[in-house]
Amino acid sequence: MTTLPSLFVAGIDIGSTYTKAVLLDAGQSVRATALRRSGYKPAAAAEAVFDDLVSNAGLTRADITYVATSGYGRYMVPFRHTQITELTCHALATIHHFPSVRTILDIGGQDIKAIRIDERGRVRAFRLNDKCAAGTGAFLEKTARYLGLTTADIGPYALRATKPAEISSVCAVFAESEVINHLASGIAPEDIMQGAIAALSGRAVQLMRRVGLEADFSLAGGMTQNPAMVAALEAKLGAPLQLPPQGLGQLNGAFGAAMLGLRRASRLLADGRTIPPPGGTTTVIPHRWSTHVRASRDASASAAPGLSMPRQPQLAAEKVG
Amino acid sequence: MRYVAGVDVGSTQAKGVVLDEHGRLAGSALLDVEMNMSTAAQDVFARTLADAGLAPDDIAFTVATGYGRYRVTFGDLQVTEISCHARGAVAEFPHTRTVLDIGGQDTKAIRIGDSGEVVDFAMNDKCAAGTGRFLGAASFALEMPLPDLGPLAMRATAPVRITTTCTVFAESEIIGHLARGHRPEDVLMGMHHSIATRCASLVRRVGLSPEITFTGGVSRNVAMVALLQNVLDTSLNVSARGHFMGAIGAALFALDHARAGHTGSAATEVTL
Repeated sequence: MTTLPSLFVAGIDIGSTYTKAVLLDAGQSVRATALRRSGYKPAAAAEAVFDDLVSNAGLTRADITYVATSGYGRYMVPFRHTQITELTCHALATIHHFPSVRTILDIGGQDIKAIRIDERGRVRAFRLNDKCAAGTGAFLEKTARYLGLTTADIGPYALRATKPAEISSVCAVFAESEVINHLASGIAPEDIMQGAIAALSGRAVQLMRRVGLEADFSLAGGMTQNPAMVAALEAKLGAPLQLPPQGLGQLNGAFGAAMLGLRRASRLLADGRTIPPPGGTTTVIPHRWSTHVRASRDASASAAPGLSMPRQPQLAAEKVG
Repeated sequence: MRYVAGVDVGSTQAKGVVLDEHGRLAGSALLDVEMNMSTAAQDVFARTLADAGLAPDDIAFTVATGYGRYRVTFGDLQVTEISCHARGAVAEFPHTRTVLDIGGQDTKAIRIGDSGEVVDFAMNDKCAAGTGRFLGAASFALEMPLPDLGPLAMRATAPVRITTTCTVFAESEIIGHLARGHRPEDVLMGMHHSIATRCASLVRRVGLSPEITFTGGVSRNVAMVALLQNVLDTSLNVSARGHFMGAIGAALFALDHARAGHTGSAATEVTL
C-alpha cells in the first residue's frame, strides 16, 4: 500500500453509547483497539479512547500519522484530520472482510441501520431508526437491566430459554412494564430475555427488508457478541450472517474509519504533502465520501451533534481484547 | 343499600374510592403499583376501606377499571377507563364535552355527547411519548420526586427545547442538557412542553369542544395545566380529585348497579 513503514492511522467511532477505536498500520493490520462508554461528554471519551489506543499499541500520540472519526460524535474530536459518516465506514469495512455482502445491519445503542451496498462497497440505500428506542440496543439493555443482567450476560442467558415469552409492546418503555408483568406471573427471566431478543430481531429484519434484503448479510455493532441475537436474526433471515473477524464487530465503524483514513493519508504522503500532527490544522473533508449516499443530508442531520445524546451517565473504562 | 367501591388499577398507580348511597366520597386511597397488579388492587381496596372506616361487607358493589382491571380478583364488574373517566368528569363538571386523561403510561382524549355519553376517543398507547412516563423519565434523571416537577418547571426562565420523541432517549437528553449547564427548571419546562404539545394534538383528533376536563395523575401538575391551557387556548376544568376520576367513575357505575339491586360476580365488560 505504501512504502512508509511507520504509518499509523487511528479510526475513532464515537457512538451514542460506546466510543470505539482501531489503530491500523501501513499494511492494514490491526495494531490496537480500544473501547469506552461515551458518557455524556463524547469529546472526553474520544480523548480517553485515543490515549488507550496508543498505549495499547505501545506508542505515543506523536507516532500517529492520521486520525479519522466517525459516528454521531465525529465532529466533537478536536484532534481529528477528517470525519466520515458511519454508513461509509461500515460499508467499506464490511466489503473489505466480505466481498459478497450486500446488506449490512448495524444495531447500535440508540439507533439501528440497514445499509445496502454494491460490490465496491458503495452505499446504495439505507434505512435508519434513531427516533424511537424500539428496535435499538437500548431496548435490550433496558430489559436486561430490569432482569439484573449486564449486556455481556444477555446472549448466554437467553440461550438457556425454553419457552420464549412474547413481548408485544413496540415502545421500549411499555415493554418494561410487560417484562415486570411477565416476571410477576412467574415467567423465567431467560424466557423473557429471549422474547426481547425475538422482538428486536423482528424489527431489525423489517428494516433490512426496506433496503431490499439482498444476500449476503452481515451484522455490525455490539450485538455481534450476542450469540442469541445472531441466532435469532439468522433464523428470521433464513440465511447466515457474516460477522467481522477477530472481535471487530463492535469496532466495524472504527475499522472502516481507519481504513479510509489510511487511504487518504497514503495518498497525501504519495503526493508529497505533509500531514500535521493530530490536533493540528483540520483537513477539509473530501466531498467524494458522500457522493454515493443519496440521502446523505438526512444521515448527517440525524447524526449531527446535539440532536441525539449519549444515554449512559457513567464512564466505565473497558478495553477490548 | 350501603356503599359502593371503584378501583382503578393503572400502569403506575392503583386508586380506590368508596361512595355512599348518595354518591358522596366516603374514603379513598392511592398507592404505587409495583410488581403485582392483583396484590396492588387488594392493598388499595383494603386501604380505601380503612380510610372510610368500613368493612368489606359494607360494600354492595365494586367496579374495577384501568389497565389492570382484569387482575382485580374481588371486582363485580370491569369497565374500561374511558367510560370511567368520562363518567367521573361529567359527574363533577356536567358541561364537560372533552376529557383529557394523562396517565402514567397512556394518554386519552375522550369526546362526550350532550347526555354525557362517550362519543369518540383517541388514545396514545403505542408509545410512551406524551404520557406521564415522560415526566417519570425527568424525575429519574433529575432524581426528584414527581410532585416537585411541576412547581419547579414553573420557575423556568429560558425553557430548553427537547428534540427527542422517545422517552428512553429523552432521559439521556435531559442529562446532556444538565451537563451543558442548563438549569433543571428550564430542562423540566421543556419536558412539560413536549408532553403538552403531544396531548393537545391528541385532543384535536377528537375535536376540541369545550368544556375540557383534565383528569389523571398528571392533572395535579400545575405546569402541565398552565401549558395545556396555553396550547389549547382555553381554560380547563381540573378537579382536586382528578387523580381519582377513573375510580370515581367506576364507583358511580357500581352505584347504578347497586341501585338496580344487582349484587356481585357478573363479570361482563361494559363497553362504550
